[in-house]
Amino acid sequence: MWGILRQRAVVDGGLSLRRTRSALVSARSYAAGSKEMTVRDALNSAIDEEMSADPKVFVMGEEVGQYQGAYKITKGLLEKYGPERVYDTPITEAGFTGIGVGAAYAGLKPVVEFMTFNFSMQAIDHIINSAAKSNYMSAGQINVPIVFRGPNGAAAGVGAQHSQCYAAWYASVPGLKVLAPYSAEDARGLLKAAIRDPDPVVFLENELLYGESFPISEEALDSSFCLPIGKAKIEREGKDVTIVTFSKMVGFALKAAEKLAEEGISAEVINLRSIRPLDRATINASVRKTSRLVTVEEGFPQHGVCAEICASVVEESFSYLDAPVERIAGADVPMPYAANLERLALPQVEDIVRAAKRACYRSK
Amino acid sequence: MATSFSATLPLHGSQESRLSLTPIRLAPPSSFLGSTRSLSIPSSRSRLYHAHAARRSPVVGVQEVVKDKKITNSLLITKEEGLELYEDMILGRSFEDMCAQMYYRGKMFGFVHLYNGQEAVSTGFIKLLTQSDSVVSTYRDHVHALSKGVSARAVMSELFGKVTGCCRGQGGSMHMFSKEHNMLGGFAFIGEGIPVATGAAFTSKYKREVLKQDCDDVTVAFFGDGTCNNGQFYECLNMAALYKLPIIFVVENNLWAIGMSHLRSTSDPEIWKKGPAFGMPGVHVDGMDVLKVREVAKEAVTRARRGEGPTLVECETYRFRGHSLADPDELRDAAEKAKYAARDPITALKKYLMENKLANEGELKTIEKKIDELVEEAVEFADASPQPGRSQLLENVFADPKGFGIGPDGRYRCEDPKFTEGTAQV
Repeated sequence: MWGILRQRAVVDGGLSLRRTRSALVSARSYAAGSKEMTVRDALNSAIDEEMSADPKVFVMGEEVGQYQGAYKITKGLLEKYGPERVYDTPITEAGFTGIGVGAAYAGLKPVVEFMTFNFSMQAIDHIINSAAKSNYMSAGQINVPIVFRGPNGAAAGVGAQHSQCYAAWYASVPGLKVLAPYSAEDARGLLKAAIRDPDPVVFLENELLYGESFPISEEALDSSFCLPIGKAKIEREGKDVTIVTFSKMVGFALKAAEKLAEEGISAEVINLRSIRPLDRATINASVRKTSRLVTVEEGFPQHGVCAEICASVVEESFSYLDAPVERIAGADVPMPYAANLERLALPQVEDIVRAAKRACYRSK
Repeated sequence: MATSFSATLPLHGSQESRLSLTPIRLAPPSSFLGSTRSLSIPSSRSRLYHAHAARRSPVVGVQEVVKDKKITNSLLITKEEGLELYEDMILGRSFEDMCAQMYYRGKMFGFVHLYNGQEAVSTGFIKLLTQSDSVVSTYRDHVHALSKGVSARAVMSELFGKVTGCCRGQGGSMHMFSKEHNMLGGFAFIGEGIPVATGAAFTSKYKREVLKQDCDDVTVAFFGDGTCNNGQFYECLNMAALYKLPIIFVVENNLWAIGMSHLRSTSDPEIWKKGPAFGMPGVHVDGMDVLKVREVAKEAVTRARRGEGPTLVECETYRFRGHSLADPDELRDAAEKAKYAARDPITALKKYLMENKLANEGELKTIEKKIDELVEEAVEFADASPQPGRSQLLENVFADPKGFGIGPDGRYRCEDPKFTEGTAQV
């Protein structure tokens, strides 16, 4: 699996087939090839740069300091910035999240790490009631420039209590911004934007993506680089079917698009990047072009992100649709442990291919 | 029961039965979370502390006050301070009584929790704070906001849901926020305000240690007896003591959490004892006596400003009305209510002021009349104010006007004329 992913990472990196060929050509003519960066390094460099640019930014969470980060995302930060800016907290999510929110009320910019977003459930009162709603309740007097980040969704064999995807839960709350990066560039750009942002941001990473390498441009390596929030990215252009997804599923969708291309179906893959605000404009523009929609997510199907996207498309672009909207989500069960069952519980490339074919053959 | 007064010394010290108020001394250098940098106090602040010491009346142990009140000549407050305290408590009481009237006339709606009877705690603590110190409270927050300096007009309008309220009508009774006065809410979930207050205290320390600003702001967190059984309370006691944060945890123990008696729900009802378990002093004080509360508050606030860390203060107090205006208040014993009504903090202060010739009947009546007019005027103002406009519904969800975030140049992206609708291709 890792071999295939790395191969794919070199091929796509956000370019369509035509542009890949030209990139390979241009790569031959330049002395140096494009740089690659893992998502882990991208996140680390983003936090590092934002901390050095603004002394009000600090990191708190379990194992972020001496342990160098439970997933090594905050590696080296304690040595560089000292214990006054990188806090190893006790195991007290409600407490330290609340402290982060209170510090944000008073003008600092905390980056609160949850070891996984499953643990954020112990602190969800603070994320929603004291962070998300405060700017509204105080009529603009108190804004909360805080970032809640950590791995979200399924990993490999970690069981039901460590595998839930929280995108839908947080994205339903007004007052929060919810971001879900895919590539290293997404990770860097969105995290930098999140840390600079004056509002509470829930930053959903993915544990399995941390070790993946992606090509990264010189522009993205600049310390002032950041991406806009609320804007999706078209990872691959196409004309027959639109596949909308986020986080790890973008990789699967791109692989599915390759397989579909072999069968003559040109799929457009949209990487949402931002779940709230949702980029309805991009999604609808794409569906109006292709007339077919397939949405993919890893989380539970009922009331999920895909449900919202389907509703948005049906409401705004109904007359452009040539086939019913297709929705692929994780199985409606808590995540099983056995490896084969886990594979069945999550969307795979074949599921996306099958759904896209269904969308394409339905009306013709 | 909880009427006995007892206190403990901080940290690893011996268990003594009285709170000893030592004269102000500079704190020894301490390490911040294991770093080798020591907590150095700049000379300007040490001047401030000496000034404080000079201004204060001789420091006495609070227990001594209880016994020696009639014997000693030195009074705890000056006339100005006494009148200020009286005015603040009368404001709290009149305002809350007016709220009850307005609620039954239909001008106020939803959940309204009144503070009658507990004024000594709010006045005793908040009147010692500066504007830049922070206060965090619960849903019973009208009087905390008033004591902190939010105008009666702004609070009343907020309760009526008018656009001139302190939160433009968007918060309501349980969510009083004022950035200007550092009133950081107003939280409906019990226990929710405690970590937020701890965070504000954390910021104060961070500003001093990391940003090298001259900051000795303290934070006072008010909450009830029911909250002391909540996990977040203990999490914050731990972290406040661990990081030595400038915070005072004030428990307004009015013995009842809606209809649940404190004694029925708590394994060890003496809440002040929970402080030393986490390494901070735990103090119990008679919350119906504003002068005793003020003495304890002075020491706790000074301790926090010196950088010595948090204090847990349990104030034994009582609410004369039900939990909220919707509470029929049937479970509380009439004898208990009568007992505490006899200890009304306002009557007690009035008696003290008159007995010690700090004020006469006329001056106190003038204050009461002034406050009555103030509260009436606040009601008229709130009545006359308009309701929020329709466009206000969608405002202030984000600080960021359109939600697109901040660009590389540091300005909001939506302000950039080149940022058009469309996909972001990098």
